[in-house]
Amino acid sequence: MPAVVTPWWRNRRLIPWLVQGGVGLALLVLIAFLLGNLVRNLAAAGLLLSWGWLDNPAGFDLSETLLPFDAGLPYWRALLAGLVNTLRVVLAGLVGATVLGTLVGVASFSGNGLLRRLARIYVELIRNIPLLLQLLFWYFVVFLALPGGAEAIQLPGVVLAKSGLYLGRPELVNGVWQAPLRLTVEFSALLTGLVVYTAAFIAEVVRGGVASVPSGQWEASRSLGFTPAMTLRRIVLPQALRVIVPALNSQYISLAKNSSLAVACGFTDLYSVAETTLNQTGRAVEVILILLGSYLLLDLLISALMNGLNGLVQLKER
Amino acid sequence: MEPLIRRLRRELFATPLDGLVSIALIALLLAAATAFVRWALLQAEWAVIQANSTLFAVGRYPQEQQWRLWLLTALLAAATGLSWGLLRGLPHRGRLGRPWPPNDRLAALVLAGLALAVPPALGLQPAIQQRWWLITALLLGVRWAAGRWAPALPPALRRWIPLLWPVLYLLGMVLISGGLGLIQVPPSEWGGLLLTLMQASFAILLCFPLGILLALGRRSELPLLRWGSVVYIEFIRGAPLITLLFLGQNLLGFLLPGGMAPDRVWRAAWVLTLFAAAYVAEAVRAGLAAVPAGQLEAARSLGLPFPQALIHVVLPQALRVALPATVGQFISLLQDTTLLSLIGLLELLGTARAVMANPAFLGRNAEVYLVLAVLFWCCCAALGLGSRALETRLNPYTSTNATTATPAAPAQA
Amino acid sequence: MALLRRLAFAVPLLASMALAGCASNDGAVQSQKLGAIKARDKLICGVEGKLPGFSFVNPDGSYTGLDVDVCKAVAAAVLGDPAKVEYRDLNSSERFAALASGEVDLLSRNTTFTLSRDAAGGNGLSFAPPVFYDGQGVMAPTASGVKRLADLAGKPICVETGTTTELNLADRMREIKAAYTPLKFQTSDQTYAAYLQGRCAAVTSDRSQLAAKRTSFPDPAAHALLPDVLSKEPLAPATTNADPAWADAVRWVVFALMQAEESGISQASVDARVAQAKADTNQADLRRFLGVEGDFGKHLGLPPDFVVRAVKAVGNYGEIFERNVGAGSQLKLERGLNRQWKDGGLIYSPPFR
Repeated sequence: MPAVVTPWWRNRRLIPWLVQGGVGLALLVLIAFLLGNLVRNLAAAGLLLSWGWLDNPAGFDLSETLLPFDAGLPYWRALLAGLVNTLRVVLAGLVGATVLGTLVGVASFSGNGLLRRLARIYVELIRNIPLLLQLLFWYFVVFLALPGGAEAIQLPGVVLAKSGLYLGRPELVNGVWQAPLRLTVEFSALLTGLVVYTAAFIAEVVRGGVASVPSGQWEASRSLGFTPAMTLRRIVLPQALRVIVPALNSQYISLAKNSSLAVACGFTDLYSVAETTLNQTGRAVEVILILLGSYLLLDLLISALMNGLNGLVQLKER
Repeated sequence: MEPLIRRLRRELFATPLDGLVSIALIALLLAAATAFVRWALLQAEWAVIQANSTLFAVGRYPQEQQWRLWLLTALLAAATGLSWGLLRGLPHRGRLGRPWPPNDRLAALVLAGLALAVPPALGLQPAIQQRWWLITALLLGVRWAAGRWAPALPPALRRWIPLLWPVLYLLGMVLISGGLGLIQVPPSEWGGLLLTLMQASFAILLCFPLGILLALGRRSELPLLRWGSVVYIEFIRGAPLITLLFLGQNLLGFLLPGGMAPDRVWRAAWVLTLFAAAYVAEAVRAGLAAVPAGQLEAARSLGLPFPQALIHVVLPQALRVALPATVGQFISLLQDTTLLSLIGLLELLGTARAVMANPAFLGRNAEVYLVLAVLFWCCCAALGLGSRALETRLNPYTSTNATTATPAAPAQA
Repeated sequence: MALLRRLAFAVPLLASMALAGCASNDGAVQSQKLGAIKARDKLICGVEGKLPGFSFVNPDGSYTGLDVDVCKAVAAAVLGDPAKVEYRDLNSSERFAALASGEVDLLSRNTTFTLSRDAAGGNGLSFAPPVFYDGQGVMAPTASGVKRLADLAGKPICVETGTTTELNLADRMREIKAAYTPLKFQTSDQTYAAYLQGRCAAVTSDRSQLAAKRTSFPDPAAHALLPDVLSKEPLAPATTNADPAWADAVRWVVFALMQAEESGISQASVDARVAQAKADTNQADLRRFLGVEGDFGKHLGLPPDFVVRAVKAVGNYGEIFERNVGAGSQLKLERGLNRQWKDGGLIYSPPFR
């Protein structure tokens, strides 16, 4: 009987290497092709990669910044100010969306049928409408329609006016509202849109988490004499959090990325500053690299924080 | 059946606190509803929708070529009716379904009602109204006929019917863009709902196979494939869609030799596709992880070569698990098409913004956004419903509490 | 591998350079862009698209405006048909990338001619002569009591991002040491929507644009332009530095429109003038200008009668101005700086010789 010679195309050791070699070669050629074009086209346009322009004065102003900024400061300061603005809205958004999302998620377990159904309607309504549309709605239809001056909507401790939201004992001085804390309508519209949208997703996460706790836990704690509120706080939530926290991570990251839609409502976030910078300098490649890098960093930061939190809530096995 | 009064009492007024909450909510809802109705009837001016209905539907698509779109709509309606009818009329796992279950009757009634009520409400021309009636009649007629005569179809023919859809898609592309003797209509003249649906359907069709390949790559034992897929997926998922679109519009021209870069409409479609593929890959990967390793091992030990074991044994199970999450990604992809308006494409939202720049309709934001929201909501909800129907049909253990497809968790920007 | 690739690119490049070198000997021009436009039989022109008077989409989907007429004139000169233009709506922040990457052949989108945009180390554009001399202005509601720029201290001002407007505003406000809040929007429609909703105390842009937008407001009389002129804004069509021959062609088509007005050649009279030039061999200037004799067209890579084609398509500069932004339009702008040099304006074509 002659020895069976495996043909090379059935060789189990060779095939993987051939496949990898082929894919690797194709990738290399593609990358070389794209990079070669990029360098050639950029050289033709006189825009070869450089970072020196970041030190040039920006020449434009920004509407609201935490870091002091004026047109005489360099581009990198402008981009930094934009990044800080992004961080501000993301941070506020995370807190707001978590609170609202948890409330709605818990409401979907309420004994009150109306409340339960409203929570469902909220989730189904908000999730199926594009965020950009919602942001435009909040800015142009709701916040810009606020009355100004003395006609502004006055609630206890808060005044809603066209010029902004005034928190903490606002006073009307010469027809202009003054208060310790003022949020611009651009920031408020963006924040509201992000919170309302993300909360719908977080509510689903919370609902899934609470539903994952066996109903026996509820019954057992009832029979031990716990009130429903105490059951939720002491028994159910600690267990639900083990399911909720990992799922929240991706919601938080998507909120951070969604904050780049700020351009729709005139808020100067990182993306908006980057767009202006690109236009004034023509440095497309560098600006896009900065943008991608910053958002990647933001994502990593959130993931790291959430991983830490996850370590806290997971079952400690001793 | 519990009497209504008792049920209300149990649901709304179980405890004093519940009662208070219920009363407050009812008051709030009533106030909101009256404010909305008053606005819709007295303050809103719907002329902005009526006057621009063509722009919203198809953008600047040439008037004398619009018959092609009507033809396509009619064909789509007929194909939908056929598929729907067959789905109900054909025996499934040995059981013959009821040709007109109550849900279907309700759906047919709603469709007929919409066709009768919406065109006049929008103030469309009588000729166009009649076309909508005809198209709805076609859909329901074909649905009825297919449900009635489906069992009589020869099985050989049945197997080929799903192929109708890809053929129709290609035909639709030709009808929309021209060629084969039809006048070319360049992508710069597509707009409105037409462009939104084109972009979404193109991206959905292509991102699915791409996503499967990426997911397989990520689970592959070959380091190069695995790391290549991981880098791609994580890079895409780490970036907001708007920066990727921006990259596509501003940088692609530099990355390709002069003049080779595709039209900006196609450029955006490809960015959407490549973007969605990374998210679909993650959904499929979760599905793959849910298939026990024994399945592949068993298939291999039965002598199936690896690719066939993958295609016939592992993937069908994985995709069934991944279906809700994948459709969720499709839904958020449909929503993400609105971002094209930020890079200057005149899809539905872009058209809306251009219309509102028109001096005659300045400040009519609320009306336009409301109509757009309703449109998007209906499309997304329909996708979700379709996915649920498919899921129950594919589920081997016909369970009743199938999870619904929901817009994917990371609704990305 | 890389070496091979480089060679693969270098060989055709060298060959084409050699060819171009040979060809330039007999006076004809080899321009990649011109070749590409002729091959595709369509000019791709980047415009604003939402600015009455300069570029605006009619309800039937066609484009009109001063910027649009420049596109049509160039298309007529190069391809013989003003209709062979594909318009791309570009917002101000994407226009230069679109031009640099070759997505549009010509940018005719109320773009200000500045050093940093022109210089090879800046945006690397190549500007045609300005077709509209403008200045940046500020518009505020008459009821607000804002009379001068200084009155805007501490107030929000709406501005479109990615424009020279944004930079000039920053400079002027720094000069008068007034703090202010710039509210930036991506597109002009958002900018004016926010202004009209009362979010800003004023809106700033080119004066012509402000005037144009004001005509579309519900109550134009309720808004007034402040007397302050913040900057010089010469608005000019642009191409890139990468193809000087194409830039020359565009430049001289625009000059031709101006020279036609100076020579009294209008859309209606151009055929008669051609006949006259053909009949009278003594009118050397006219004969050269209209391409009856000489080879100006050939120098530019254009047909000999490119001037006739352009003027026949859209009229001379004066006609274009009046039809789109002047007395014949809704905007009713004065000619002002945009008069011919003989009438005290800045419109001046170098000699065609």
